[in-house]
Amino acid sequence: MAEFALSRLSPYNACRVIRIESEALRGRLEDMGVTGGTVLTWLFDAPCGDPAAYSVRGAVIAIRAKDAEKIIVRGLD
Amino acid sequence: MAGSCGRRAEAIRAAVALCGNPNVGKSTLFNALTGLKQHTGNWTGKTVETAKGVFTYAGVAYELVDLPGCYSLDAASPEELVAREFILSGAAACTVIVCDATSLERSLFIAQQVLSLTKRAVVCLNYFEEAKRRGMLIDTKRLEKMLGVEVVTVSRIRRSELALLCGAIERCIEGKNSEGSYLLSGDHISENLFLGEGKQNSAAIWISAERIAAACCEKDADAVSAKRLKLDRLLTGKVSGRLAVLLLLALVLYITTVGANYPSELLSRGSQWLLENIRHGMTAAGIAPKLISAVCDGMLLTLFTVISVMLPPMAIFFPMFTLLEDFGFLPRMAFNLDRCFCRCGSCGKQMLTMCMGLGCNAVGVTGCRIIGDRRERLAAILTNALIPCNGRFPALAALITVLLIMVGAGNTGGVLSGLFMLALLLLAFIMTLGTTYLLTRTVLRGRSKAFVLELPPFRKPRIMQVIVRSVFDRTLKVLARAAAAAAPAGLLIWLLGEYGLLESCVSFLDPIGRVFGLDGCILMAFILGLPANELILPLTLMIYTGQSRIAGVTAIGSLAGVTAAHGWTWVTALCMMLLMLFHSPCATTLLTIKRETHSIKWTALTLLLPNLLGLMLCIAVKGVSML
Repeated sequence: MAEFALSRLSPYNACRVIRIESEALRGRLEDMGVTGGTVLTWLFDAPCGDPAAYSVRGAVIAIRAKDAEKIIVRGLD
Repeated sequence: MAGSCGRRAEAIRAAVALCGNPNVGKSTLFNALTGLKQHTGNWTGKTVETAKGVFTYAGVAYELVDLPGCYSLDAASPEELVAREFILSGAAACTVIVCDATSLERSLFIAQQVLSLTKRAVVCLNYFEEAKRRGMLIDTKRLEKMLGVEVVTVSRIRRSELALLCGAIERCIEGKNSEGSYLLSGDHISENLFLGEGKQNSAAIWISAERIAAACCEKDADAVSAKRLKLDRLLTGKVSGRLAVLLLLALVLYITTVGANYPSELLSRGSQWLLENIRHGMTAAGIAPKLISAVCDGMLLTLFTVISVMLPPMAIFFPMFTLLEDFGFLPRMAFNLDRCFCRCGSCGKQMLTMCMGLGCNAVGVTGCRIIGDRRERLAAILTNALIPCNGRFPALAALITVLLIMVGAGNTGGVLSGLFMLALLLLAFIMTLGTTYLLTRTVLRGRSKAFVLELPPFRKPRIMQVIVRSVFDRTLKVLARAAAAAAPAGLLIWLLGEYGLLESCVSFLDPIGRVFGLDGCILMAFILGLPANELILPLTLMIYTGQSRIAGVTAIGSLAGVTAAHGWTWVTALCMMLLMLFHSPCATTLLTIKRETHSIKWTALTLLLPNLLGLMLCIAVKGVSML
């Protein structure tokens, strides 16, 4: 399956994280449970469409679109 | 007994540290154990400073240290560094790792990191009943075996549960449960997860957390409950999300303004009665009349005025705000508004500090600690005073009334003044955003950090606890600081009035005031009102009427008549309103800013910046009026 940026994930869909292309962002996300292989599921967007909330290991975290561009994911089969 | 506040003379046997992720109920547990009123937040990294308290169990006193809530001990942020260093220092004889049973896997990430640093620990599984209700049955015996430390379950933080936890802490300190621990054998939490100083293999720790959680809990914790998701989507919807923010804020402000009127009047009357009695008492004791006047008309009158105007709105506003916080609405508000703040170089959490600023700017400035990035935090601190606090609301309302009378709309009150107030708040909001934009592109330039915000589960607020905590923590602390500034200010005002210095100051300031559509009296009132915003309007009245004691709360009603007699037009009223909205923060807020930024430079900037904005707006209004 093709790789794409998390910011392009369609609503209600889930994906698996392949890599995070920003050192600073990676540290922050790893602490919140987003590592390579983690499943992220789109839950809802903020009123202006950014940031978006995803479920990760039972928690809900918000990620801005400009940060989500650095998170490379793959769709679930 | 656990839960008793053990501030007695007995020697403290050992220190116990509390640590865990944000939003796992760590601070609630801390409060329940120590009885010390310390604030709990429903958002990230609230307790940046380590709070300390004492609890006693079985006649032995322990010191409890509440470490900052953090997601990792990676030492990437100041909070993480504090927590990591404290645990490594060995100062604590036992570390209690607070975990959330409803999301065990997440809690195990930090739990494993703590356990790699110390083996003297107890795991406290909070929200155990809630997890059970949601079908997550956790095998605590198995968890104990896998982690190698004792596991205690807690649900509603009852006394019996606290006693169990204290028992486990005691056993841990005595070293009774460390035998057979698998940390010692090193199979599950292996040292190779941690690559030495501060560096760690996060992915490996998460895999290990997944494994332990899967072994101890039947149900996969990945499901966010449908009920929660529904409420979340409602509170963050395109229309409903915006409405929720607006309506809840409007409701809180409305209840505060309306609810504070009666107690304010009552306090004002009570303090008048008290003042008279003190005066009589001092006269009877044969004290010199000048001294009596200095104490009663100067210090005490000013002090009582500040208290009666300030206390009721704060005592109403902060419990309501804390209810929203405990319920979990505030992180959603930050989420909803993040885009707009992001464009101005800040983040959504700034909105939360602005809301706290509505209650009191000093509290708002302290609240800026929730913002992780240094630049964004400074921008939020520097702009907080642009949001009118409770102390300025009554003055703004009175000025709106005066303005409406002057433009001939009459004292219709109600809807029109309500809308006017809303417009002023909107102006304050826009000015805050604009100033933040300018600051983050000039003196606070730099790259913004990644913003990752956790939206914690909704929780039922504990109403009694909320009231007690917010009254003690936010209201009384700030009130004490304001009172300390008000009494000396009162003496100064009295001295200036009594010795005729006020008039010369006013006539000196008059030409300057005229430039801004104001007059000397108003400028003087703003200068003397620095210790507390509540004083500005009473001071203005005092100077106009030529008395040496400030006007009481009840005298504000006569404002329209007095001001008209002193040549006020709608321009004067509007300009004073704008200056009331944007002028230097009160002394209490300035001291708080100094304490939070550790910098004279930033404090000076907050002293000047709002004045500059306010005076610029005044000139603009005056210019327009002369066209």
